Amino acid sequence: MSPEAIIETAGLRRVFKGHGRDQRGAVEAVAGVDLRVEAGDIFGFLGPNGAGKTTTLRILATLLPPTAGTARVAGFDVAHKPEEVRKRIGYVAQAGGSYRESTGREELVIQGRLFGMSKADAGRRAQEILDALDLSDAADRTCGTYSGGMRRRLNIGIGMVHRPVVLFLDEPTTGLDPQARARMWDEIRKLRDGGTSVFLTTHYLEEADALCDRLAIIDHGRIVAEGSPSQLKREIAGDVLTIGVDGDCDRVIELMAAQSFVREAGLEDGLVRLYVDKGDEAVPSVLRILDSHGLAPTTMNLHRPSLDDVFLKKTGRSLRESAA
Amino acid sequence: MRTIRDTWLIFDRSLTLSLRNPVWVIMGIGQPILYLLLFGPLLTNIARMPGFPPGGAFNVFVPGILVMTALFSSAFVGFGLCDEMREGVVERMTVTPMSRLAMLVGRSLRDVVLLLGQGLILVVLAIPFGLEINLGGVTVAFAMLALIGLMMSPVSYTLALVLKSEDSLAPVVNGLALPLLLLSGVMLPMSFAPDWLQTIAKLNPLYHAVAAIRALFNASYGDSEIVIGVVVLVVLAAVTIALGARSFSRAAA
Repeated sequence: MSPEAIIETAGLRRVFKGHGRDQRGAVEAVAGVDLRVEAGDIFGFLGPNGAGKTTTLRILATLLPPTAGTARVAGFDVAHKPEEVRKRIGYVAQAGGSYRESTGREELVIQGRLFGMSKADAGRRAQEILDALDLSDAADRTCGTYSGGMRRRLNIGIGMVHRPVVLFLDEPTTGLDPQARARMWDEIRKLRDGGTSVFLTTHYLEEADALCDRLAIIDHGRIVAEGSPSQLKREIAGDVLTIGVDGDCDRVIELMAAQSFVREAGLEDGLVRLYVDKGDEAVPSVLRILDSHGLAPTTMNLHRPSLDDVFLKKTGRSLRESAA
Repeated sequence: MRTIRDTWLIFDRSLTLSLRNPVWVIMGIGQPILYLLLFGPLLTNIARMPGFPPGGAFNVFVPGILVMTALFSSAFVGFGLCDEMREGVVERMTVTPMSRLAMLVGRSLRDVVLLLGQGLILVVLAIPFGLEINLGGVTVAFAMLALIGLMMSPVSYTLALVLKSEDSLAPVVNGLALPLLLLSGVMLPMSFAPDWLQTIAKLNPLYHAVAAIRALFNASYGDSEIVIGVVVLVVLAAVTIALGARSFSRAAA
Protein backbone atom coordinates (compact mmCIF):
# COMPACT_ATOMS: atom_id res chain seq x y z
CA MET A 1 0.00 0.00 0.00
CA SER A 2 1.50 3.28 -1.00
CA PRO A 3 1.05 5.95 1.66
CA GLU A 4 -1.23 8.83 0.91
CA ALA A 5 0.31 12.10 -0.31
CA ILE A 6 -0.42 14.97 2.04
CA ILE A 7 1.28 17.54 -0.17
CA GLU A 8 1.64 17.25 -3.91
CA THR A 9 2.87 19.96 -6.24
CA ALA A 10 3.41 20.02 -9.98
CA GLY A 11 5.44 22.64 -11.80
CA LEU A 12 5.01 25.13 -9.01
CA ARG A 13 6.35 28.56 -9.91
CA ARG A 14 6.31 31.95 -8.32
CA VAL A 15 7.66 35.09 -9.93
CA PHE A 16 7.90 38.34 -8.00
CA LYS A 17 7.30 41.22 -10.33
CA GLY A 18 10.05 43.69 -11.06
CA HIS A 19 9.80 47.38 -11.76
CA GLY A 20 8.94 49.27 -14.92
CA ARG A 21 8.02 48.08 -18.36
CA ASP A 22 10.99 45.77 -18.80
CA GLN A 23 10.29 44.13 -15.41
CA ARG A 24 13.75 44.87 -14.13
CA GLY A 25 14.47 43.04 -10.92
CA ALA A 26 11.83 40.37 -11.48
CA VAL A 27 12.72 37.31 -9.46
CA GLU A 28 11.69 33.75 -10.08
CA ALA A 29 11.72 32.65 -6.46
CA VAL A 30 10.24 29.23 -7.15
CA ALA A 31 11.15 27.87 -10.57
CA GLY A 32 9.16 24.71 -11.14
CA VAL A 33 8.93 22.60 -8.01
CA ASP A 34 7.53 19.07 -8.07
CA LEU A 35 7.08 17.64 -4.64
CA ARG A 36 5.36 14.72 -3.03
CA VAL A 37 5.18 14.56 0.73
CA GLU A 38 3.71 11.49 2.32
CA ALA A 39 1.45 11.56 5.33
CA GLY A 40 3.15 10.94 8.64
CA ASP A 41 6.60 12.21 7.72
CA ILE A 42 8.74 15.04 8.93
CA PHE A 43 9.64 16.51 5.58
CA GLY A 44 12.51 18.98 5.44
CA PHE A 45 13.07 21.66 2.89
CA LEU A 46 16.78 22.39 2.99
CA GLY A 47 18.47 25.23 1.21
CA PRO A 48 20.43 28.45 1.65
CA ASN A 49 18.72 31.75 2.37
CA GLY A 50 16.92 33.02 -0.71
CA ALA A 51 16.64 29.57 -2.27
CA GLY A 52 12.84 29.74 -2.38
CA LYS A 53 12.04 27.74 0.75
CA THR A 54 9.83 30.30 2.43
CA THR A 55 8.10 31.24 -0.82
CA THR A 56 7.20 27.60 -1.46
CA LEU A 57 6.00 27.22 2.10
CA ARG A 58 3.85 30.33 1.82
CA ILE A 59 2.27 29.04 -1.37
CA LEU A 60 1.47 25.73 0.30
CA ALA A 61 0.01 27.56 3.31
CA THR A 62 -2.36 29.57 1.02
CA LEU A 63 -0.58 32.85 1.79
CA LEU A 64 0.71 33.38 -1.72
CA PRO A 65 -0.90 32.41 -5.01
CA PRO A 66 1.40 30.48 -7.35
CA THR A 67 2.29 32.13 -10.67
CA ALA A 68 1.99 28.75 -12.38
CA GLY A 69 1.61 25.11 -11.50
CA THR A 70 -0.59 23.42 -8.93
CA ALA A 71 -0.34 22.43 -5.32
CA ARG A 72 -2.64 20.16 -3.36
CA VAL A 73 -2.43 20.17 0.41
CA ALA A 74 -4.47 17.83 2.59
CA GLY A 75 -6.50 16.89 -0.47
CA PHE A 76 -7.40 20.37 -1.71
CA ASP A 77 -5.97 22.73 -4.28
CA VAL A 78 -4.38 25.74 -2.56
CA ALA A 79 -5.40 28.17 -5.29
CA HIS A 80 -9.01 27.04 -5.71
CA LYS A 81 -9.99 25.83 -2.26
CA PRO A 82 -7.83 27.82 0.15
CA GLU A 83 -10.55 27.76 2.86
CA GLU A 84 -10.57 23.97 2.85
CA VAL A 85 -6.80 23.88 3.05
CA ARG A 86 -6.74 26.38 5.93
CA LYS A 87 -9.09 24.24 8.00
CA ARG A 88 -6.63 21.36 7.80
CA ILE A 89 -3.23 22.96 8.16
CA GLY A 90 -1.26 24.73 10.83
CA TYR A 91 1.28 27.36 9.89
CA VAL A 92 4.04 28.84 12.00
CA ALA A 93 5.84 31.72 10.31
CA GLN A 94 9.40 32.74 10.94
CA ALA A 95 8.01 35.93 12.46
CA GLY A 96 6.28 33.76 15.04
CA GLY A 97 2.62 34.59 15.42
CA SER A 98 2.14 35.29 19.11
CA TYR A 99 1.76 38.90 20.16
CA ARG A 100 4.07 40.04 22.94
CA GLU A 101 1.30 41.87 24.81
CA SER A 102 -1.00 38.83 24.88
CA THR A 103 -0.63 35.95 27.27
CA GLY A 104 0.13 32.48 26.00
CA ARG A 105 -3.25 31.25 27.09
CA GLU A 106 -5.10 34.12 25.39
CA GLU A 107 -3.33 33.39 22.12
CA LEU A 108 -4.18 29.70 22.22
CA VAL A 109 -7.80 30.34 23.16
CA ILE A 110 -8.47 32.91 20.45
CA GLN A 111 -6.81 30.69 17.86
CA GLY A 112 -9.12 27.84 18.82
CA ARG A 113 -12.11 30.13 18.69
CA LEU A 114 -11.15 31.42 15.23
CA PHE A 115 -11.29 27.79 14.16
CA GLY A 116 -14.84 27.63 15.45
CA MET A 117 -14.36 26.07 18.89
CA SER A 118 -16.63 27.09 21.74
CA LYS A 119 -15.10 29.08 24.58
CA ALA A 120 -15.04 26.04 26.84
CA ASP A 121 -13.51 23.74 24.21
CA ALA A 122 -10.89 26.33 23.30
CA GLY A 123 -10.02 26.75 26.97
CA ARG A 124 -9.61 23.01 27.48
CA ARG A 125 -7.55 22.63 24.33
CA ALA A 126 -5.33 25.56 25.37
CA GLN A 127 -4.63 23.91 28.72
CA GLU A 128 -3.87 20.61 26.98
CA ILE A 129 -1.30 22.29 24.75
CA LEU A 130 0.20 24.33 27.58
CA ASP A 131 0.70 21.11 29.54
CA ALA A 132 2.12 19.24 26.57
CA LEU A 133 4.60 22.00 25.79
CA ASP A 134 5.52 22.56 29.42
CA LEU A 135 4.25 26.13 29.35
CA SER A 136 1.60 25.93 32.08
CA ASP A 137 3.59 28.02 34.51
CA ALA A 138 3.96 30.81 31.96
CA ALA A 139 0.43 30.52 30.58
CA ASP A 140 -0.85 33.76 32.05
CA ARG A 141 2.26 35.83 31.45
CA THR A 142 2.52 37.97 28.35
CA CYS A 143 4.49 36.38 25.51
CA GLY A 144 6.99 39.21 25.57
CA THR A 145 8.36 37.79 28.84
CA TYR A 146 9.02 34.31 27.37
CA SER A 147 12.48 33.00 26.49
CA GLY A 148 13.21 32.38 22.82
CA GLY A 149 12.58 28.65 23.16
CA MET A 150 9.33 29.10 25.08
CA ARG A 151 8.01 31.58 22.55
CA ARG A 152 8.78 29.17 19.68
CA ARG A 153 7.05 26.33 21.50
CA LEU A 154 4.03 28.52 22.06
CA ASN A 155 3.96 29.49 18.38
CA ILE A 156 3.95 25.84 17.42
CA GLY A 157 1.23 25.24 19.99
CA ILE A 158 -0.84 27.98 18.34
CA GLY A 159 -0.41 26.20 15.02
CA MET A 160 -1.59 22.94 16.63
CA VAL A 161 -4.73 24.14 18.38
CA HIS A 162 -7.16 22.82 15.77
CA ARG A 163 -5.33 19.49 15.36
CA PRO A 164 -4.20 20.07 11.76
CA VAL A 165 -3.26 17.10 9.61
CA VAL A 166 -0.18 18.92 8.40
CA LEU A 167 1.87 21.54 10.18
CA PHE A 168 4.11 23.98 8.30
CA LEU A 169 7.09 25.32 10.21
CA ASP A 170 9.25 28.03 8.70
CA GLU A 171 12.75 27.77 10.13
CA PRO A 172 11.53 26.52 13.51
CA THR A 173 14.90 26.58 15.23
CA THR A 174 16.70 29.54 13.66
CA GLY A 175 18.31 31.61 16.38
CA LEU A 176 17.74 29.09 19.16
CA ASP A 177 20.58 27.93 21.38
CA PRO A 178 21.58 24.26 21.06
CA GLN A 179 19.57 23.19 24.09
CA ALA A 180 16.38 24.88 22.96
CA ARG A 181 16.94 23.45 19.49
CA ALA A 182 17.20 19.89 20.80
CA ARG A 183 14.04 20.50 22.79
CA MET A 184 12.27 21.77 19.68
CA TRP A 185 13.34 18.68 17.74
CA ASP A 186 11.80 16.51 20.43
CA GLU A 187 8.54 18.42 20.21
CA ILE A 188 8.47 18.10 16.43
CA ARG A 189 9.11 14.36 16.66
CA LYS A 190 6.29 14.07 19.18
CA LEU A 191 3.96 15.74 16.71
CA ARG A 192 4.92 13.29 14.02
CA ASP A 193 4.48 10.38 16.40
CA GLY A 194 1.03 11.74 17.21
CA GLY A 195 0.12 11.43 13.53
CA THR A 196 0.70 14.99 12.29
CA SER A 197 2.68 15.42 9.10
CA VAL A 198 5.29 18.14 9.45
CA PHE A 199 6.72 20.22 6.63
CA LEU A 200 9.59 22.41 7.74
CA THR A 201 12.22 24.60 6.16
CA THR A 202 15.73 24.82 7.46
CA HIS A 203 19.17 25.90 6.43
CA TYR A 204 20.82 23.79 9.11
CA LEU A 205 22.36 20.61 7.75
CA GLU A 206 22.43 18.93 11.14
CA GLU A 207 18.75 19.64 11.57
CA ALA A 208 17.80 18.21 8.19
CA ASP A 209 19.96 15.17 8.89
CA ALA A 210 18.85 14.47 12.45
CA LEU A 211 15.22 15.45 12.33
CA CYS A 212 13.79 14.82 8.89
CA ASP A 213 12.48 11.52 7.57
CA ARG A 214 12.71 12.84 4.06
CA LEU A 215 14.01 16.02 2.59
CA ALA A 216 14.31 18.03 -0.55
CA ILE A 217 17.29 20.23 -1.24
CA ILE A 218 16.34 23.45 -2.96
CA ASP A 219 18.61 25.95 -4.66
CA HIS A 220 17.67 28.92 -6.84
CA GLY A 221 14.03 27.89 -6.75
CA ARG A 222 14.65 24.35 -7.99
CA ILE A 223 14.79 21.04 -6.22
CA VAL A 224 18.23 19.58 -6.77
CA ALA A 225 17.88 16.41 -4.71
CA GLU A 226 15.21 14.57 -2.83
CA GLY A 227 15.17 11.52 -0.57
CA SER A 228 15.84 10.40 2.97
CA PRO A 229 19.04 11.82 4.49
CA SER A 230 20.76 8.42 4.31
CA GLN A 231 19.67 7.87 0.70
CA LEU A 232 21.05 11.23 -0.26
CA LYS A 233 24.34 10.64 1.47
CA ARG A 234 24.63 7.21 -0.10
CA GLU A 235 24.58 8.90 -3.50
CA ILE A 236 28.02 10.10 -2.61
CA ALA A 237 29.75 6.75 -2.52
CA GLY A 238 32.78 6.45 -0.30
CA ASP A 239 34.35 9.02 1.98
CA VAL A 240 35.42 12.61 1.80
CA LEU A 241 39.03 13.52 2.43
CA THR A 242 39.98 17.17 2.72
CA ILE A 243 43.63 18.18 2.64
CA GLY A 244 45.14 21.50 3.55
CA VAL A 245 48.15 22.29 1.39
CA ASP A 246 50.70 25.00 1.96
CA GLY A 247 51.37 25.98 -1.62
CA ASP A 248 50.30 24.61 -4.96
CA CYS A 249 46.80 23.19 -4.56
CA ASP A 250 46.32 22.75 -8.29
CA ARG A 251 49.33 20.50 -8.49
CA VAL A 252 47.96 18.34 -5.66
CA ILE A 253 44.59 18.08 -7.36
CA GLU A 254 46.24 17.12 -10.61
CA LEU A 255 48.27 14.43 -8.87
CA MET A 256 45.34 13.05 -6.93
CA ALA A 257 42.91 13.03 -9.83
CA ALA A 258 45.28 10.62 -11.57
CA GLN A 259 45.05 8.04 -8.77
CA SER A 260 42.75 5.08 -9.24
CA PHE A 261 41.32 5.23 -5.68
CA VAL A 262 40.24 8.87 -6.11
CA ARG A 263 36.81 9.29 -7.70
CA GLU A 264 36.83 13.03 -7.80
CA ALA A 265 39.20 15.79 -6.78
CA GLY A 266 38.53 19.49 -6.45
CA LEU A 267 39.22 22.66 -4.56
CA GLU A 268 36.75 23.86 -1.98
CA ASP A 269 37.22 26.65 0.48
CA GLY A 270 41.02 26.64 0.02
CA LEU A 271 41.17 22.93 0.75
CA VAL A 272 41.72 20.05 -1.63
CA ARG A 273 38.69 17.83 -1.50
CA LEU A 274 38.86 14.20 -2.56
CA TYR A 275 36.04 11.71 -2.86
CA VAL A 276 37.63 8.34 -2.22
CA ASP A 277 36.34 4.76 -2.03
CA LYS A 278 37.93 3.76 1.23
CA GLY A 279 39.07 6.63 3.36
CA ASP A 280 41.17 4.67 5.84
CA GLU A 281 43.26 3.14 3.07
CA ALA A 282 43.45 6.35 1.10
CA VAL A 283 45.13 8.39 3.83
CA PRO A 284 48.52 6.59 3.84
CA SER A 285 48.53 6.44 0.03
CA VAL A 286 47.89 10.14 -0.25
CA LEU A 287 50.63 10.91 2.25
CA ARG A 288 53.09 8.70 0.36
CA ILE A 289 52.29 10.29 -2.98
CA LEU A 290 52.55 13.81 -1.65
CA ASP A 291 55.83 13.00 0.08
CA SER A 292 57.35 11.52 -3.06
CA HIS A 293 56.64 14.79 -4.86
CA GLY A 294 58.11 16.89 -2.11
CA LEU A 295 54.71 18.14 -0.95
CA ALA A 296 53.52 18.18 2.66
CA PRO A 297 49.92 18.53 3.82
CA THR A 298 49.22 20.96 6.65
CA THR A 299 45.93 19.32 7.65
CA MET A 300 44.02 16.21 6.72
CA ASN A 301 40.45 15.42 7.55
CA LEU A 302 38.55 12.29 6.71
CA HIS A 303 34.80 12.13 7.15
CA ARG A 304 31.71 10.30 6.06
CA PRO A 305 29.69 12.25 3.50
CA SER A 306 27.36 14.80 5.05
CA LEU A 307 24.39 16.55 3.55
CA ASP A 308 26.72 19.42 2.86
CA ASP A 309 28.68 17.15 0.54
CA VAL A 310 25.42 16.31 -1.18
CA PHE A 311 24.61 19.99 -1.51
CA LEU A 312 28.10 20.74 -2.75
CA LYS A 313 27.96 18.02 -5.32
CA LYS A 314 24.57 19.11 -6.64
CA THR A 315 25.11 22.85 -6.68
CA GLY A 316 28.85 23.33 -6.74
CA ARG A 317 28.66 25.42 -3.58
CA SER A 318 28.84 24.64 0.08
CA LEU A 319 25.66 25.26 2.01
CA ARG A 320 27.70 26.44 4.97
CA GLU A 321 29.06 29.25 2.82
CA SER A 322 25.75 30.05 1.20
CA ALA A 323 24.01 30.21 4.53
CA ALA A 324 26.57 32.54 6.02
CA MET B 1 -22.86 34.47 11.39
CA ARG B 2 -19.24 33.52 11.13
CA THR B 3 -18.36 37.14 10.31
CA ILE B 4 -20.22 38.49 13.33
CA ARG B 5 -18.66 35.95 15.65
CA ASP B 6 -15.15 36.58 14.30
CA THR B 7 -15.70 40.34 14.47
CA TRP B 8 -16.58 40.02 18.12
CA LEU B 9 -13.51 37.85 18.82
CA ILE B 10 -11.16 40.34 17.18
CA PHE B 11 -12.92 43.30 18.81
CA ASP B 12 -12.65 41.69 22.22
CA ARG B 13 -8.99 40.78 21.77
CA SER B 14 -8.04 44.23 20.44
CA LEU B 15 -9.89 46.11 23.15
CA THR B 16 -8.32 43.98 25.87
CA LEU B 17 -4.87 44.69 24.45
CA SER B 18 -5.52 48.45 24.19
CA LEU B 19 -6.82 48.75 27.72
CA ARG B 20 -3.84 46.77 28.99
CA ASN B 21 -1.52 49.42 27.59
CA PRO B 22 -1.10 52.07 30.30
CA VAL B 23 0.45 54.58 27.89
CA TRP B 24 -2.64 54.52 25.76
CA VAL B 25 -4.99 54.82 28.69
CA ILE B 26 -3.14 57.82 30.15
CA MET B 27 -2.73 59.60 26.83
CA GLY B 28 -6.24 58.79 25.70
CA ILE B 29 -7.78 60.31 28.79
CA GLY B 30 -5.18 63.04 29.20
CA GLN B 31 -5.56 64.46 25.72
CA PRO B 32 -9.10 65.83 26.05
CA ILE B 33 -8.17 67.34 29.40
CA LEU B 34 -5.17 69.10 27.85
CA TYR B 35 -7.36 70.60 25.13
CA LEU B 36 -9.81 71.95 27.64
CA LEU B 37 -7.18 73.39 29.95
CA LEU B 38 -4.62 74.70 27.48
CA PHE B 39 -6.68 75.62 24.43
CA GLY B 40 -10.17 76.32 25.74
CA PRO B 41 -9.31 79.61 27.48
CA LEU B 42 -8.11 81.10 24.16
CA LEU B 43 -11.58 80.79 22.76
CA THR B 44 -13.53 83.01 25.02
CA ASN B 45 -12.20 86.16 23.34
CA ILE B 46 -12.25 84.84 19.79
CA ALA B 47 -15.91 83.97 20.16
CA ARG B 48 -16.74 87.69 20.28
CA MET B 49 -15.28 88.32 16.81
CA PRO B 50 -17.66 88.96 13.95
CA GLY B 51 -18.16 85.92 11.72
CA PHE B 52 -17.83 83.45 14.60
CA PRO B 53 -20.47 80.73 14.29
CA PRO B 54 -23.52 80.84 16.54
CA GLY B 55 -23.49 79.17 19.96
CA GLY B 56 -21.23 79.75 22.92
CA ALA B 57 -17.46 79.42 22.61
CA PHE B 58 -17.47 75.88 23.95
CA ASN B 59 -20.36 74.79 21.78
CA VAL B 60 -18.23 75.73 18.78
CA PHE B 61 -14.98 74.47 20.22
CA VAL B 62 -15.97 71.09 21.66
CA PRO B 63 -17.52 69.69 18.45
CA GLY B 64 -14.32 70.62 16.63
CA ILE B 65 -12.13 68.93 19.21
CA LEU B 66 -14.36 65.87 19.13
CA VAL B 67 -13.91 65.56 15.37
CA MET B 68 -10.19 66.14 15.69
CA THR B 69 -9.92 63.46 18.38
CA ALA B 70 -11.90 61.07 16.21
CA LEU B 71 -9.67 61.84 13.23
CA PHE B 72 -6.37 61.44 15.02
CA SER B 73 -7.20 58.49 17.18
CA SER B 74 -8.36 56.55 14.11
CA ALA B 75 -5.82 57.83 11.59
CA PHE B 76 -2.92 56.34 13.53
CA VAL B 77 -4.39 52.92 14.32
CA GLY B 78 -2.31 51.43 11.51
CA PHE B 79 0.74 51.70 13.77
CA GLY B 80 -0.61 48.98 16.01
CA LEU B 81 -1.26 46.81 12.98
CA CYS B 82 2.35 47.24 11.77
CA ASP B 83 3.43 45.95 15.15
CA GLU B 84 1.12 42.94 14.91
CA MET B 85 2.32 42.24 11.36
CA ARG B 86 5.93 42.27 12.47
CA GLU B 87 5.18 39.66 15.11
CA GLY B 88 3.40 37.49 12.54
CA VAL B 89 -0.05 37.86 14.10
CA VAL B 90 -1.77 38.97 10.91
CA GLU B 91 -0.20 36.19 8.86
CA ARG B 92 -1.09 33.61 11.48
CA MET B 93 -4.73 34.69 11.45
CA THR B 94 -4.77 34.80 7.66
CA VAL B 95 -4.05 31.07 7.66
CA THR B 96 -7.25 30.39 9.60
CA PRO B 97 -10.72 30.14 8.04
CA MET B 98 -11.73 33.38 9.81
CA SER B 99 -13.58 36.15 8.02
CA ARG B 100 -11.33 38.77 6.41
CA LEU B 101 -13.99 41.43 6.96
CA ALA B 102 -13.89 40.61 10.67
CA MET B 103 -10.14 41.21 10.82
CA LEU B 104 -10.84 44.80 9.78
CA VAL B 105 -14.18 45.51 11.41
CA GLY B 106 -13.25 43.93 14.75
CA ARG B 107 -10.29 46.27 15.03
CA SER B 108 -12.17 49.30 13.70
CA LEU B 109 -14.97 48.83 16.24
CA ARG B 110 -12.37 48.77 18.98
CA ASP B 111 -11.06 52.08 17.62
CA VAL B 112 -14.58 53.48 17.63
CA VAL B 113 -15.20 52.45 21.24
CA LEU B 114 -11.97 54.08 22.35
CA LEU B 115 -12.62 57.32 20.52
CA LEU B 116 -16.17 57.51 21.84
CA GLY B 117 -14.78 56.99 25.33
CA GLN B 118 -12.39 59.89 24.83
CA GLY B 119 -15.21 62.00 23.41
CA LEU B 120 -17.43 61.27 26.36
CA ILE B 121 -14.75 62.35 28.80
CA LEU B 122 -14.25 65.55 26.85
CA VAL B 123 -17.95 66.41 26.76
CA VAL B 124 -18.53 65.72 30.44
CA LEU B 125 -15.47 67.74 31.46
CA ALA B 126 -16.46 70.62 29.19
CA ILE B 127 -19.85 71.12 30.82
CA PRO B 128 -18.43 73.08 33.78
CA PHE B 129 -16.56 75.30 31.27
CA GLY B 130 -19.86 76.36 29.72
CA LEU B 131 -20.73 73.66 27.18
CA GLU B 132 -24.47 73.38 26.73
CA ILE B 133 -25.72 69.96 25.72
CA ASN B 134 -28.94 68.30 24.70
CA LEU B 135 -29.16 64.56 24.88
CA GLY B 136 -30.66 63.92 21.43
CA GLY B 137 -28.15 66.11 19.65
CA VAL B 138 -25.17 64.68 21.52
CA THR B 139 -26.33 61.13 20.78
CA VAL B 140 -26.49 61.76 17.05
CA ALA B 141 -23.18 63.64 17.23
CA PHE B 142 -21.55 60.60 18.81
CA ALA B 143 -22.99 58.37 16.11
CA MET B 144 -21.26 60.66 13.61
CA LEU B 145 -18.00 60.40 15.52
CA ALA B 146 -18.33 56.63 15.30
CA LEU B 147 -18.77 56.98 11.53
CA ILE B 148 -15.62 59.09 11.32
CA GLY B 149 -13.80 56.28 13.09
CA LEU B 150 -15.29 53.69 10.76
CA MET B 151 -14.23 55.82 7.81
CA MET B 152 -10.68 56.62 8.92
CA SER B 153 -9.42 53.50 10.66
CA PRO B 154 -9.87 51.26 7.59
CA VAL B 155 -7.80 53.82 5.65
CA SER B 156 -5.08 53.61 8.25
CA TYR B 157 -5.16 49.80 8.30
CA THR B 158 -5.08 49.64 4.53
CA LEU B 159 -2.05 51.91 4.42
CA ALA B 160 -0.37 49.82 7.11
CA LEU B 161 -0.98 46.61 5.15
CA VAL B 162 0.50 48.18 2.04
CA LEU B 163 3.41 50.09 3.58
CA LYS B 164 4.17 47.51 6.29
CA SER B 165 6.29 49.79 8.49
CA GLU B 166 5.69 52.64 10.89
CA ASP B 167 8.45 54.64 9.23
CA SER B 168 6.60 54.78 5.93
CA LEU B 169 3.18 55.02 7.51
CA ALA B 170 3.85 58.09 9.67
CA PRO B 171 4.47 60.64 6.89
CA VAL B 172 1.64 59.28 4.77
CA VAL B 173 -0.87 59.44 7.61
CA ASN B 174 0.32 62.90 8.60
CA GLY B 175 0.12 64.09 5.03
CA LEU B 176 -3.44 62.82 4.85
CA ALA B 177 -4.70 63.91 8.25
CA LEU B 178 -3.27 67.43 8.29
CA PRO B 179 -5.17 68.86 5.29
CA LEU B 180 -8.30 67.08 6.48
CA LEU B 181 -7.89 68.83 9.80
CA LEU B 182 -6.97 72.28 8.43
CA LEU B 183 -9.88 72.31 6.03
CA SER B 184 -12.43 71.07 8.54
CA GLY B 185 -13.04 74.29 10.41
CA VAL B 186 -11.84 72.72 13.65
CA MET B 187 -9.05 75.20 14.30
CA LEU B 188 -10.90 78.34 13.23
CA PRO B 189 -14.33 78.59 11.64
CA MET B 190 -14.11 78.26 7.86
CA SER B 191 -16.35 81.33 7.64
CA PHE B 192 -13.13 83.34 8.18
CA ALA B 193 -11.61 81.76 5.05
CA PRO B 194 -11.44 83.27 1.53
CA ASP B 195 -13.90 81.87 -0.99
CA TRP B 196 -11.49 79.53 -2.76
CA LEU B 197 -10.50 77.92 0.53
CA GLN B 198 -14.13 77.53 1.51
CA THR B 199 -14.80 75.81 -1.81
CA ILE B 200 -12.01 73.30 -1.21
CA ALA B 201 -13.17 72.78 2.37
CA LYS B 202 -16.59 71.69 1.13
CA LEU B 203 -14.91 68.68 -0.50
CA ASN B 204 -13.65 67.60 2.91
CA PRO B 205 -16.01 65.13 4.62
CA LEU B 206 -14.82 66.35 8.01
CA TYR B 207 -15.89 69.90 7.19
CA HIS B 208 -19.44 68.62 6.92
CA ALA B 209 -19.02 66.49 10.02
CA VAL B 210 -17.87 69.49 12.06
CA ALA B 211 -20.72 71.65 10.76
CA ALA B 212 -23.25 68.91 11.48
CA ILE B 213 -21.97 68.22 14.98
CA ARG B 214 -21.97 71.93 15.82
CA ALA B 215 -25.58 72.15 14.66
CA LEU B 216 -26.42 69.11 16.78
CA PHE B 217 -24.81 70.58 19.88
CA ASN B 218 -26.84 73.74 19.33
CA ALA B 219 -30.02 71.70 18.84
CA SER B 220 -30.47 73.19 15.35
CA TYR B 221 -32.01 69.98 14.11
CA GLY B 222 -33.35 71.60 10.94
CA ASP B 223 -29.83 72.38 9.68
CA SER B 224 -29.29 70.66 6.32
CA GLU B 225 -25.61 70.09 7.26
CA ILE B 226 -26.72 67.29 9.57
CA VAL B 227 -28.18 65.21 6.76
CA ILE B 228 -25.29 66.04 4.44
CA GLY B 229 -22.77 65.10 7.14
CA VAL B 230 -24.41 61.77 7.96
CA VAL B 231 -24.83 60.76 4.31
CA VAL B 232 -21.25 61.70 3.41
CA LEU B 233 -19.84 59.74 6.34
CA VAL B 234 -22.01 56.66 5.79
CA VAL B 235 -21.06 56.46 2.13
CA LEU B 236 -17.36 57.02 2.75
CA ALA B 237 -17.25 54.56 5.66
CA ALA B 238 -18.86 51.91 3.45
CA VAL B 239 -16.24 52.55 0.79
CA THR B 240 -13.25 52.47 3.14
CA ILE B 241 -14.51 49.34 4.93
CA ALA B 242 -14.89 47.53 1.60
CA LEU B 243 -11.42 48.69 0.62
CA GLY B 244 -9.92 47.68 3.96
CA ALA B 245 -11.50 44.22 3.95
CA ARG B 246 -10.06 43.67 0.49
CA SER B 247 -6.63 44.65 1.73
CA PHE B 248 -6.87 42.16 4.57
CA SER B 249 -7.82 39.34 2.22
CA ARG B 250 -4.85 40.26 0.05
CA ALA B 251 -2.54 40.99 2.95
CA ALA B 252 -1.25 37.51 2.65
CA ALA B 253 0.05 38.00 -0.88
